[in-house]
Amino acid sequence: MPVRVHTTDQSFLEMLQARYTGFVSVSDRVEVEFDVELDRPGVNAGDAAVEVRLQRGRWSLQRGDFRAEWEPASHRGWIRQTANPYSIDAVLRIVHSLVLAQEGGFLLHSASAIRNGRAFLFAGVSGAGKTTISRLAPPDATLLTDEISYVRKREDGYVAFGTPFTGELAKLGENVSAPIAALYLLAQGPENRIDAISPADAARSLLANTLFFAEDEQLVEAVFQSAFEFVSRVPVSRLTFVPDSRVWELIR
Amino acid sequence: MNKLFVARNPRVAARSLDGEMMIMSARDSTLFTLNKTATILWQSADGTTPLDEIVQNRICTEFEVEREVALQDAEALARELASHEILQISEHPFPPAGGSR
Repeated sequence: MPVRVHTTDQSFLEMLQARYTGFVSVSDRVEVEFDVELDRPGVNAGDAAVEVRLQRGRWSLQRGDFRAEWEPASHRGWIRQTANPYSIDAVLRIVHSLVLAQEGGFLLHSASAIRNGRAFLFAGVSGAGKTTISRLAPPDATLLTDEISYVRKREDGYVAFGTPFTGELAKLGENVSAPIAALYLLAQGPENRIDAISPADAARSLLANTLFFAEDEQLVEAVFQSAFEFVSRVPVSRLTFVPDSRVWELIR
Repeated sequence: MNKLFVARNPRVAARSLDGEMMIMSARDSTLFTLNKTATILWQSADGTTPLDEIVQNRICTEFEVEREVALQDAEALARELASHEILQISEHPFPPAGGSR
C-alpha cells in the first residue's frame, strides 16, 4: 500500500528515507497521503494508550506523542508530532491495520520469513523468540520482518509481505512477498519440535497476537472473523525450540 | 424474586469453534472464552425467555445441580457477563430486534 508523506523539513524527510530504506520509491500511485506537521521537541511526550476512533468518515488517531487524522474516502490525512521516526511509524502501523482489517488481512506480532518460495510466520509476545528465530535463519531464508508480519487475504489463500517495522533485531525485512505455508506459535524449550494445537487455541493465539487498536464494531467483527478464516485455511502449530539454528531444519 | 431476562449484546463478535464459544468485545477488543454454563446461557439468551426457565430447561438438564443453587449461580454469571457487556440483563423482556443476532 503506497503511502506518500509531505513535510517541509528536509532532515525529517531524510530520516524517514533512511529508516524505510528498501521500501521507498518514486510512484504516482498513492493510497494514503499524509501531511506531517512537526512540533518543537518536548511538546509532546508520554506513553499514553493509543486511541483510534472513526467519526464522520474520518479516523482519529492519538497517543501521547502524536495526533493524526485520516479520511479513507479522500485518501488524505495529517500527522502532528515531533521530528522522530517512532510516532509516524506507529501511525503507519495503525493505518495499515485498519486497511487490512477491511480486506480480511491483519498485522500480526510475529517474525516471518520466506523459504523455498513459501512464507512462515512465527508469532509470540515479546520474549517468545521472534528476534532469536530471525537471527538463526539460514542464508536461504529471506527475512520479511522480525516483529510485525503483514498478512493479506487473497482468493487462493494468504500472503505475507515484508515490512519495515522492526523489532530488537533492528533489521528491515525484504520488500517481497510469498504465500503463507504455516503459522508457528513460538515457545522455548529443551528440544526442537512441532506440536499440533486445537483450532480454538489457534484462533485464540492469533487474536492475542493481532495488532488492532480501533474502537469500531464493524472492524472488530471483521478482525475476529478473519482470525477464524485464517486458522481454517493455514496450518497453525506450536513450535518449541532450543535457541540454535537446527530449529530451521523443521521449517521447510 | 423478580423475573430476570437476558439478551445477547449485539455489539460483540461471537463464534463457536470445537465447542468453545469465543466472544470479542467491540469496545476494547477483549477476547473471552465462555465455559460450558456460560455458553448455554449465551445461546439461550434470546431476550424473552426468563432466566429461571433457562436454568430449569437448559442448565438443570445438563448438570446435576439443585434448581435454586443453579439459579443463583446463573444470575451471578449473567451479571458478570453483563459487566463485560457480553449480555444485557433486565427485569422486563427485551424487544425482539434488540436481543437476537
